[in-house]
Amino acid sequence: MRRVRNAIMPFGNTHNNFKLNYSGDEEYPDLKKHNNHMAKVLTKEMYAKLRDKQTPTGYTLDDIIQTGVDNPGHPFIMTVGCVAGDEESYEVFKDLLDPIISDRHSGYKATDKHKTDLNFENLKGGDDLDPKYVLSSRVRTGRSIKGYALPPHNTRGERRAVEKLSVEALNSLDGEFKGKYYPLKSMTDAEQEQLIADHFLFDKPVSPLLLAAGMARDWPDARGIWHNENKTFLVWVNEEDHLRVISMQQGGNMKEVFKRFCVGLQRIEEIFKKHNHGFMWNEHLGFVLTCPSNLGTGLRGGVHVKLPKLSTHAKFEEILTRLRLQKRGTGGVDTASVGGVFDISNADRLGSSEVEQVQCVVDGVKLMVEMEKKLEKGESIDSMIPAQK
Amino acid sequence: MPFGNSHNQLKMNNSCEQEYPDLSKHNNYMAKILTPALYEKLRSKQTPSGFTVDDVIQTGVDNPARLTIKQRPAEEEYPDLTEHNNHMGKVLTLDMYKRLRQRCTPNGFTIDNVIQTGVDNPGHPFIMTVGCVAGDEETYEVFKELLDPIIQDRHGGYKPTDKHKTDLNPNNLKGGDGLDSKYVLSSRVRTGRSIRGFCLPPHCSRGERRAVEKLSLEALDALTGDLKGKYYALKNMSEAEQQQLIDDHFLFDKPVSPLLLASGMARDWPDARGIWHNDNKTFLVWVNEEDHLRVISMQKGGNMKEVFTRFCTGLTKIEELFKNKGHAFMWNEHLGYVLTCPSNLGTGLRAGVHVKLPNLSKYRQFEEVLKRLRLQKRGTGGVDTAAVGGIFDISNADRLGFSEVELMQMVVDGVKLLIEMEKRLEKGQSIEDLMPAQK
Repeated sequence: MRRVRNAIMPFGNTHNNFKLNYSGDEEYPDLKKHNNHMAKVLTKEMYAKLRDKQTPTGYTLDDIIQTGVDNPGHPFIMTVGCVAGDEESYEVFKDLLDPIISDRHSGYKATDKHKTDLNFENLKGGDDLDPKYVLSSRVRTGRSIKGYALPPHNTRGERRAVEKLSVEALNSLDGEFKGKYYPLKSMTDAEQEQLIADHFLFDKPVSPLLLAAGMARDWPDARGIWHNENKTFLVWVNEEDHLRVISMQQGGNMKEVFKRFCVGLQRIEEIFKKHNHGFMWNEHLGFVLTCPSNLGTGLRGGVHVKLPKLSTHAKFEEILTRLRLQKRGTGGVDTASVGGVFDISNADRLGSSEVEQVQCVVDGVKLMVEMEKKLEKGESIDSMIPAQK
Repeated sequence: MPFGNSHNQLKMNNSCEQEYPDLSKHNNYMAKILTPALYEKLRSKQTPSGFTVDDVIQTGVDNPARLTIKQRPAEEEYPDLTEHNNHMGKVLTLDMYKRLRQRCTPNGFTIDNVIQTGVDNPGHPFIMTVGCVAGDEETYEVFKELLDPIIQDRHGGYKPTDKHKTDLNPNNLKGGDGLDSKYVLSSRVRTGRSIRGFCLPPHCSRGERRAVEKLSLEALDALTGDLKGKYYALKNMSEAEQQQLIDDHFLFDKPVSPLLLASGMARDWPDARGIWHNDNKTFLVWVNEEDHLRVISMQKGGNMKEVFTRFCTGLTKIEELFKNKGHAFMWNEHLGYVLTCPSNLGTGLRAGVHVKLPNLSKYRQFEEVLKRLRLQKRGTGGVDTAAVGGIFDISNADRLGFSEVELMQMVVDGVKLLIEMEKRLEKGQSIEDLMPAQK
């Protein structure tokens, strides 16, 4: 939902001492017209209870919810409405975030454990998706570096330290991972053109959801793009998360994409650990990221696939739901599909492992391509409708 | 831990430097505020019961850290201003940043808060924006080192020792009731006011903003006569009311300018924002937009005197009402009225007209004439818009260092002269002899 272009909203009033002179009722946001997870959960009583707490870096409840207050939401899309400012946010503000996490992540309980599995060998198949239908394959995730506040709350110094560490780690990669870093603020016009042509360039966020959380402060300081020479492995530094790691290629060989993803990630993690800055992770939430919607694996694995017939079938949405998949247009979230080509990816993030989520994509897409072929021949696909996974 | 050293008279034998606590590893509000100069000033005082500054601060000295993540060195935090072209970018050196980051206002506004809008908006090669905002009244004091040079640069050399004169007596304005209405289409005067005791829009909490709205409504509802009016809260405006306010050119919406948004003024929109206007639609107050209050007096035609009289009367009445409730406007004798943006200090006043100057505006010395008259031009959509049909918004360029009456006088006299020049040019006559000297 794009309302205001080029708008930046900062990280509000963390240290406004006067606010504690006002009662919880006087400070409680007006959420009557709101439709996001935060608004569903944050009662006056909860607000009163949490309002004077802060994390060790000084992040408060008002910081967490600002994006949700400023963006009431959409009648049909349920946004999260809060962000974490640091690793401890998820602990200090459990009372708010646990119910939101549960609602967003299909009933994931405060006591549940999340399994991490980045062993690509555990993926079955995935190397034979029909390239006449599957145009490209991609897997992305995010990582946060322990010891630094997250993008909504970090200082310029922290952000620069994350960049410095990241560039060191990435520059030490070799083989198919050997690559180069392009800082946003000193990119040449030629480099910029090339990155746009490759669909690699990210720009200052325009989404009011992101901007209201303060992630765009000091843009473009300490932001950049790293990619390998083959242009199949890409890392965004200091965008919505400390790191966004992306493996991608043309065609349908998800197995290869996932293998490169896992190998690259693990190499990077090793290097960070050597510097005593591992990734933020715990056995309950998995990988800790800025937005609660990305907890767990932070993984979105997907393909661009031609499904002109299936996408107009009455049961398309139902099939996707049962396969635990979601569709987007080929421009990414909030875009429309063009020419019957859809971006199909896993719907889950938390409560299942990386291998399990990519398996859903691989198996699900394989099935949908078969359905598409049947529909092309004018045949019924009723017998192929899957059970709920 | 003992209760300090109140009655240890020997401490006064030691210099301030020797007694001053080591706060270099401290991260509490006392440590951020208590400079050696302030300690020196207060160390010899005591309350009637014998409580001294050392007593006051002992707990903060003994308990250094609330935050476990230590501050990174200033060099790592200092913003990259190499591509920047705003007042803040010109003034904020690394050394200054180092000093100022140790401080914050009593309400917790920091140097990074002050400058965020300037960091996020490098500026334009031709337009010099300010690049900082105040979060509360104390910002201008705590961050003097940064703000004084910016104020000086922006306000025609205004010095830190200068005094600003406030004059809201409309009787002191000469003329202004006879601007030719064939040329002057409308007249308007606006200013801003901040309510003492509340943080400013970049920093205020929801509770404070709502309190400002409530107080403002009480004050405005008490107005009578031709100032009697009604409040329209942004968040529960009906479609019909909204349309009417748009037609009247009264409605303000969530700011879109990245300059404003980066400073945090649009948080929680539209909570506690609204528009009040009188029944005649000649006196209008915006609540909680860029400042706590924006007060506007306007009408068709060229009777600036009437506009200004209503302006002063209304403002004075409102100020009285606020004072009766124990909340004065933020004002001091150096900066005049204290507002969110340093560019609006002093009078906060922009007085202007929409005037037809199709010939004069094409005259090669038009800009020079305006400059000498201490006036500025804008398009009829306001700042950053273009003129349409030869109609310009002409207003005073200054805010600080001149009183309201003086600024009004410049507009009245200046516009009168501009119209004369326009009439001459219409007849194909020269206007060389009308060129004014620099005011």
